[in-house]
Amino acid sequence: MTRGLLDVVRAGALTTVQDAGRPGHAHLGVPHSGALDQPASRLANRLVGNHFEAAVLETTLDGCSVRPRRTVLAAVTGAPCPVKVDGRPAPWGAWVRVPAGALLEVGPAVRGIRSYVAFAGGIDVEPELGSRATDRLSGLGPPALTAGDTLALGPPSALPPPLVEAVPHRAPPAHLVLRIAPGPRADWFTPAALRLLTAARYVVSAGDRVGLRLHGPVLARRTPAELPSEGVVLGAVQVPPDGQPLVFLADHPVTGGYPVIAIVDRRDLPDAAQAVAGVPVRFVQSSSWGQRY
Amino acid sequence: MTVERTPRLRVLPYGPNALLVECADHRQVQSLHAELLHRRTVGALPPVREIVPGERTVLLDGLDDPDTLAGQLSGWTLARTPDEVPGPALRIPVRYDGADLDHIARHWQVDAAEAARRHSAARWRVAFCGFVPGFAYLTGGSGLPALPRRATPRTRVPAGAVGLAGPYTGVYPRASPGGWQLIGTVVDIRLWDPHREPAALLAPGAQVYFEPVPG
Repeated sequence: MTRGLLDVVRAGALTTVQDAGRPGHAHLGVPHSGALDQPASRLANRLVGNHFEAAVLETTLDGCSVRPRRTVLAAVTGAPCPVKVDGRPAPWGAWVRVPAGALLEVGPAVRGIRSYVAFAGGIDVEPELGSRATDRLSGLGPPALTAGDTLALGPPSALPPPLVEAVPHRAPPAHLVLRIAPGPRADWFTPAALRLLTAARYVVSAGDRVGLRLHGPVLARRTPAELPSEGVVLGAVQVPPDGQPLVFLADHPVTGGYPVIAIVDRRDLPDAAQAVAGVPVRFVQSSSWGQRY
Repeated sequence: MTVERTPRLRVLPYGPNALLVECADHRQVQSLHAELLHRRTVGALPPVREIVPGERTVLLDGLDDPDTLAGQLSGWTLARTPDEVPGPALRIPVRYDGADLDHIARHWQVDAAEAARRHSAARWRVAFCGFVPGFAYLTGGSGLPALPRRATPRTRVPAGAVGLAGPYTGVYPRASPGGWQLIGTVVDIRLWDPHREPAALLAPGAQVYFEPVPG
């Protein structure tokens, strides 16, 4: 089989091409980007026999519909959702054969936000700085999908479909528990704020590919000083002057001028990326809390 | 035997895979950054995914064992000034025709021609990048009075516009909103191209000479 084409019939609220992102360019102002729920995108790739870092589609809340022009294996993971092939129910979290010209419908998320759709061969758009990922902050990578777009698919691997048809894969949690380590500017906050961070309950107020905004008790600063712009890592919990924490996700700016109070354990970020507005959030201290250099 | 200056590096914890190193001033940031790049080139730095200079800090991200490196950093001897560290040098032709040239000249209490001469006579160096990919903050115009940003940012600054703000000068890598005071426009050179290697001509550590081109 050779390359194929994929026609976008319904783009959904925000469907982007994502892969493992473009690390190693932060010093040039380039965000890491890539799939927000990496375990889900890797699983989708594995189910269709791709390299686990191949490019997939990342949907937002209401899925998308596409029509491949050649018969292709596809798999939908991440946020659980109804999947249909030409109107007939098909499994989620398992590989599905989509015949040439058939409509693959990825329905609205039942839990969580982002579903991942992998196709054997991967989405084959032109890479920029080594990645095909759409970066919503800096505009690198292909634009978000719109109805009528046509995407290229790469040649599928010669391997037979995986022996397993489906893999156990839990749905996004209804309550978010984020393990944190101390941030570089934890000492810019009052002792009460540091206690509040792990004692109080926060609620997701909004989120996008840049970060997750939380609402809850105000984290008060010890000093109102201005922070010169400094490098920021994935999972950093930044606190703007309003005292409401923001957890940085894959498209976060590489430098920031607000103090970082804590860093969320990378293993908890896929769940954070699936948290809808209203989900309660609790921060817990990871084992490294309290260690200072 | 020279007396080594105390580096005064402060290492701040940044989770299980990163360190933030705080420097005394932006010159020390540039010295530390050059030292890190040198050590990485000669294989004397543990694997690190990102080395990101900021205004007063250098972030090291993607480290396997930040604690060990944190312990070693305080013993490092850094070059006294960034000028002692050679960096790639780049000549950028500029037409001094910026929309704020007269405003900048008034601020510096000179005429427009003299403002252009001073900007092109300074030895600039990329301190750090940010804002958008390929946007470099250049320092080195220490004799030039710092300029405040425009009270109202422009909704669109064209690609290649050369601006000034605070102690920095910079070139807009692509059209974007922006509040810097515009002094000129680069000529025949694309500073940012994601399909080129290197994508950014202005990477941290690069030395830059702005060459006036007649309008």
